[in-house]
Amino acid sequence: MQKKVACSFPDEVLEHVFSFIQSDKDRNAVSMVCKSWYEIERWCRRKIFIGNCYAVSPRMVIRRFPKVRSIELKGKPHFADFNLVPDGWGGYVLPWIAEMAGAYPWLEEIRLKRMVVTDECLELIAKSFKNFKVLVLFSCEGFSTDGLAAIAASCMNLRELDLRDSDVDDLGGHWLSHFPETYTSLVSLNSSCLGSDEVSLSALERLVGRCTNLRTLRLNRAVPLDKIANILGRAPQLVDFGTGTYGADLQSDVFSSLAGAFSSCKELRSLSGFWDVVPAYLPAIYPVCSRLTSLNLSYVTIQSPDLVKLLRHCPSLQRLLVLDYIEDSGLEALSSSCKELQELRVFPSDPFGEEPNVSLTEQGLVSVCLACPKLQSVLYFCRRMSNVALVTIAQNCPNLTRFRLCIIEPRTADFLTLEPLDVGFGAIVEHCKDLRRLSLSGLLTDRVFEYIGRYAKKLEMLSVAFAGESDLGLHHVLSGCESLRKLEIRDCPFGDKALLANAAKLETMRSLWMSSCAVSFGACKLLGQKMPRLNVEVIDESGPPDSRPDSCPVDKLYIYRSVAGPRFDMPPFVWTMEEDSALQLNTIGNPIGSEWEHNMKGIQGLRAQMPFVLYLAELSNTSQW
Amino acid sequence: MASEKDLNLEATELRLGLPGTSGESAKNQTSATPRGNKRALPEESMSSNATASKNCDQEIAPCTKAQVVGWPPIRSYRKNNLQSKKSEAETSGIYVKVSMEGAPYLRKIDLKVFKGYPELLKALEDMFKFKAGEYSEREGYNGSEFVPTYEDKDGDWMLVGDVPWEMFTNSCKKLRIMKGSEARGLGCAV
Repeated sequence: MQKKVACSFPDEVLEHVFSFIQSDKDRNAVSMVCKSWYEIERWCRRKIFIGNCYAVSPRMVIRRFPKVRSIELKGKPHFADFNLVPDGWGGYVLPWIAEMAGAYPWLEEIRLKRMVVTDECLELIAKSFKNFKVLVLFSCEGFSTDGLAAIAASCMNLRELDLRDSDVDDLGGHWLSHFPETYTSLVSLNSSCLGSDEVSLSALERLVGRCTNLRTLRLNRAVPLDKIANILGRAPQLVDFGTGTYGADLQSDVFSSLAGAFSSCKELRSLSGFWDVVPAYLPAIYPVCSRLTSLNLSYVTIQSPDLVKLLRHCPSLQRLLVLDYIEDSGLEALSSSCKELQELRVFPSDPFGEEPNVSLTEQGLVSVCLACPKLQSVLYFCRRMSNVALVTIAQNCPNLTRFRLCIIEPRTADFLTLEPLDVGFGAIVEHCKDLRRLSLSGLLTDRVFEYIGRYAKKLEMLSVAFAGESDLGLHHVLSGCESLRKLEIRDCPFGDKALLANAAKLETMRSLWMSSCAVSFGACKLLGQKMPRLNVEVIDESGPPDSRPDSCPVDKLYIYRSVAGPRFDMPPFVWTMEEDSALQLNTIGNPIGSEWEHNMKGIQGLRAQMPFVLYLAELSNTSQW
Repeated sequence: MASEKDLNLEATELRLGLPGTSGESAKNQTSATPRGNKRALPEESMSSNATASKNCDQEIAPCTKAQVVGWPPIRSYRKNNLQSKKSEAETSGIYVKVSMEGAPYLRKIDLKVFKGYPELLKALEDMFKFKAGEYSEREGYNGSEFVPTYEDKDGDWMLVGDVPWEMFTNSCKKLRIMKGSEARGLGCAV
């Protein structure tokens, strides 16, 4: 009877119902209800998010979802941002574009993060997708402004071109003039990362003038201050504006036209850029400050009093990025002026200096946390911290969802008590029950990981550096953090035991990165062999790991779940631990009776007695864990 | 070694005992792992057998702060932005015009390259081929008809050497080597 009811709905009706379901999670759930729903859903899914481009192959995606209009892909691991991933590691988008060119002629949106994009890719996009609308290249590299010119020339319906933080080979500003004079659909342009001194100002001004729907415009540094008024004058409807250079000798006529241009931008809510800022020109933005919700001053190298003067005009501010020139006193002022603050990022002005160059300590962060009730997201670089401060923060900001603290000197203890900061971070995870992202720093023992494993049940991403004492630390995290998706670790004494004992956990996560830790090559081989749905990649620029004894630690390790099997585009310094390679334990060079060898042989011995998977289950079920 | 019983996990020595469990498990934890501020050497935490570390070609020596790659975790475009600011500050000098009575043209010098008055005076003497005489706070320059002076921010002509060096470089707009009768009013003991 019930079967009949389900089949009596025509597919079109179900499709229509499904069209209201946008989130990936919900869509995935819908597709698991029954076979017919799976079929209907897969034909009407329009948007795909792939958090790791190597977790699945383009062909598999296309086979299951034939009518995709929007795709988002991420490539390199996060630590690539800090030069920990050698060049040439991978993350090439060309295979995806090539497959989609044939399969998705109506593709409208491509969003990429940390991927290698070439001019060839951009030309292929320009040629293949007739209704192409959105291109977001977030922290990508490998392309030049020639590729952008191809996009500009061909994509008549382009709405969004966002190159944020990408490393672009900027060959000069002429790519902008490749937008035809008939082209008017631009809504969002972010070219702030372009580094050339040349920019085609007239092409830019004409483009801005004819694209009346333009809402976001982030200019690059080459655009001088005295051109801003002209550009803004053509786009008073802007919501998000990024200046180019914001410094020049003060001239009163330039100032007044600048102020006039800003005051006619009634919709402006977000400002950024401000390279080379001259304090005298800041008051030009005062007319818009009361409405500003987002302000990026992270390139602004002016002193605290000038910063405070500006911030006092911004009571609606929700998001602030700033350098540590703001100092504790400035953050105190911020906390009294900006009660709507949700996100704060404080970057170091002199990260490699031996001594602090500014008076910014844990006090600044504490004062903001005490006075800004809506604070949710923190990124804070400083040189000292205390457990007392962290506990205060935790108790006063239970709604924190992202907390990233970087104490610049590794393994810095609580400056008041000289103890580790375990208790402080423990308080953070205990009180902030919705914490999704956490970055640790300072002196930390295994204790902090015990707290994290116990309390951080919603934690999805954890970054660890120079912390912990033993495998127990890693074990706490892997066995306790139920929502963990991404774990990245560097310079910690974590080795084989915790990793092998929690191997099954790795299949529930997107990825694990470990560099300068103590995981042996033998353990990597074992993991790769026994876990076919994990790709275990060893990165080592000093030579093949099998030229050394298996007990030697690997330099860098990247493990991620995948249904696509091992990848084939690896550079010579990356080795995948293959599933089918016989596990020949290389005991040559290992001293007889070493603990490592004993462990490995133990695993092998047990393997003979029961399936490995059951063995792992046994391990995780015992009360000792 | 622990005795084998069934599939007793002690046999594999892979147990990680949580604090408070049996004493044997505590033994299995690596005692070689350093605490505190010492940078953990991966070999140490793996095996207490010292020779194991010798067999590894990868000798990971403790790094000084300058060598730690990727720390602190700042994106390169931010680092570049700060660095370029720094080098700008380093290369931009404080250039002031220098004139001397009787000299047919002016010269320009960068005050930033000097650490103090003695170096500046020596450079001026070399440039214009004169001798400045002995400076004293009470008497100004003694023993020469040449007197180094400068125009400050307020437009006043001052004797070089009266104020601290930093204050001088911040306020000096131009230099003039005065001579003879012109110099008399500025404390040159003729």
